[in-house]
Formats: sequence, structure tokens, C-alpha cells
Amino acid sequence: MSGAELSLALSVFLACAVEAVEAFTIVLAVGTTRDWPAALAGTGVATLVLAVLVAALGPALTVLPIGVLRVVVGGLLLTFGLQWLRKAILRAAGAKDKHDEEAIFATERAEAAAIPAAAGFDGYAFAISFKAVLLEGLEVAFIVLTFGANQHNVGLAAAAAALAVLAVLGAGLVLRAPLARVPENGMKFTVGVLLTSFGIFWGAEGAGADWPGGEASLAPLVAVVLVAALAMVAEVRGRASVAEVAT
Amino acid sequence: MNPRRILDAIWDFVVGDDPRLALAALVAIGLTAVVCALGLSAWWLAPLIALGALRWTLRGARPSATSASKTSS
Repeated sequence: MSGAELSLALSVFLACAVEAVEAFTIVLAVGTTRDWPAALAGTGVATLVLAVLVAALGPALTVLPIGVLRVVVGGLLLTFGLQWLRKAILRAAGAKDKHDEEAIFATERAEAAAIPAAAGFDGYAFAISFKAVLLEGLEVAFIVLTFGANQHNVGLAAAAAALAVLAVLGAGLVLRAPLARVPENGMKFTVGVLLTSFGIFWGAEGAGADWPGGEASLAPLVAVVLVAALAMVAEVRGRASVAEVAT
Repeated sequence: MNPRRILDAIWDFVVGDDPRLALAALVAIGLTAVVCALGLSAWWLAPLIALGALRWTLRGARPSATSASKTSS
């Protein structure tokens, strides 16, 4: 596996694992509170929809001219990556609440318990699970398609995503509890750095820029983005808190 | 399904809650294309614009009161 393929697989794996943990928490809450068959049915249907989406769009994207693909995909990835990175910086600096799977699990359970139980098939459990897996999965599908199309290796990206889902499911089946110990916030920070770096690299390349050393520029670029993001965390963290400003 | 809702959902998905970052991505890549068309080296431009925009969107951000009290104790 080349360096580029390894970067692709790692980025997709991490991003997918983060989304899978979030979806798992909601499905677990609904399944344990209400009805497992309905929750699993919702999960299965959403997964099928996502698989069809990737299978249909993947080949369609790869027929685009590579320059056009790099600009469009690079731009979308950069936008996505900057969003993820901004939120991750705010969480790391204490300016935004960190993602807490146990708290989310408790909230989802309370909400699910408040809805009257259904006779027969539990439409609520199906709908909540379907929505959670579809919404989280759309981000995964987006990352699989963009990374995979740019490297002309949607299959590798899809395999990395599937591996991440299996890893999260496996951990969830063993623990039968929210995956609170997964370093989700750290993973989101890492994914934000990677998406931003790849977005910059491919977007600029598609726009006609020649990176010094070609793909060898990617590693230093990731390092620059990482250092810049950490510096921004330190800068925000060093500011007076909201309460200190108010007094 | 209402087409407007679908477009809103796509906008929210791609652009997210801060349109400035989407604009920065557009400017970063667009300016890179312009500078390259002039025959100049432009690989440095997109990282500069993207990271500069990111820092700009964090200008007013501050730690929350609970976070600050945890770090100071």
C-alpha cells in the first residue's frame, strides 16, 4: 500500500469510526428502551440506502476529468474539513461542550421512553434509528466518495469505512454500553486536520498549483495545519472566559 | 418532499453553520487558479487563506465559565 493509499484509508477509517460511534449511541438508546427489531430494521434500511448511494455515485464521479474532480472535491472537502476543525478547536479550547456519548445516550433514552409504546412494529424506534444512521452515514458516504474518487480508489475507501463500522459494532456488542471511552473529541480533531489538509492539497492541485515534491508535500502540509490548529486552541484557551468578561 | 427543504438540507450539510468557511474555501481555490493562470507559483496561497479564515472565525471565541474554572483549579 502506498503512502497516499495509507493516508486515504486512515482518514476514512477515523472519520467513519467517529460517525459510527455517534450513530451507535442513538441506536443503542432506542433499542434498549423500546424495540431492538425495529431499531435494527431502521439501521439496516439506512445502511442499504447509503451503500446504494456510494455504489451509484462512486463510478459516476471517477469519469469526471481529474482537474475538475480535484477542484470540486477539494473545495467540498476543504469546506467540510474547516467546519470539523473549527468545532474541534472550540471543544479543545473549552469554548464548546465536548461530545459526551453517555450524556447523549441518557437524553436519547429519556426521549424514547417518553413516547408511548407501540402495539406491533415500533415505528418510532425504526424512524429514530434510520434517521441517526442515515445522517451520520451521509458524512461517511461523502468522505468515502470524495477521498476515493480523488485517489481513484473508492473501493479502498469503502473498505476502510466498513472496517471502522465493524470495529465500532464489535466494541459495542462486547460492552453493550455507550462507547464513552472512545477518544471521540481527539479523533474529530485529527479528522478535521486531515480533511482540511487533503482539501487544501487537492483543491490547489486541481486549480493548477504544483506542490513542491508532489504528494510528498502532503505530510508537511498536515503538520502545518496541525500546528496551526493547536496554536489556535492555545490562543482561544488563553482568553478570558465568558464569565470573566461579564464581571 | 418540498424542494426548498431539500436544498436547505444540502446547504446545511455542505456549508454547515458558518458560511464564512465555505466562502474561504471558494476564495482559496479561486485565487490559486487565478495566480496559476498568471504563470506564478501558488501552492502556498490556499493554506494561507484557509488557515487565516479559520483563525478569523475564532476571533470572538472564549472558554466557557465552567471550562475556565476547571482549568484554573
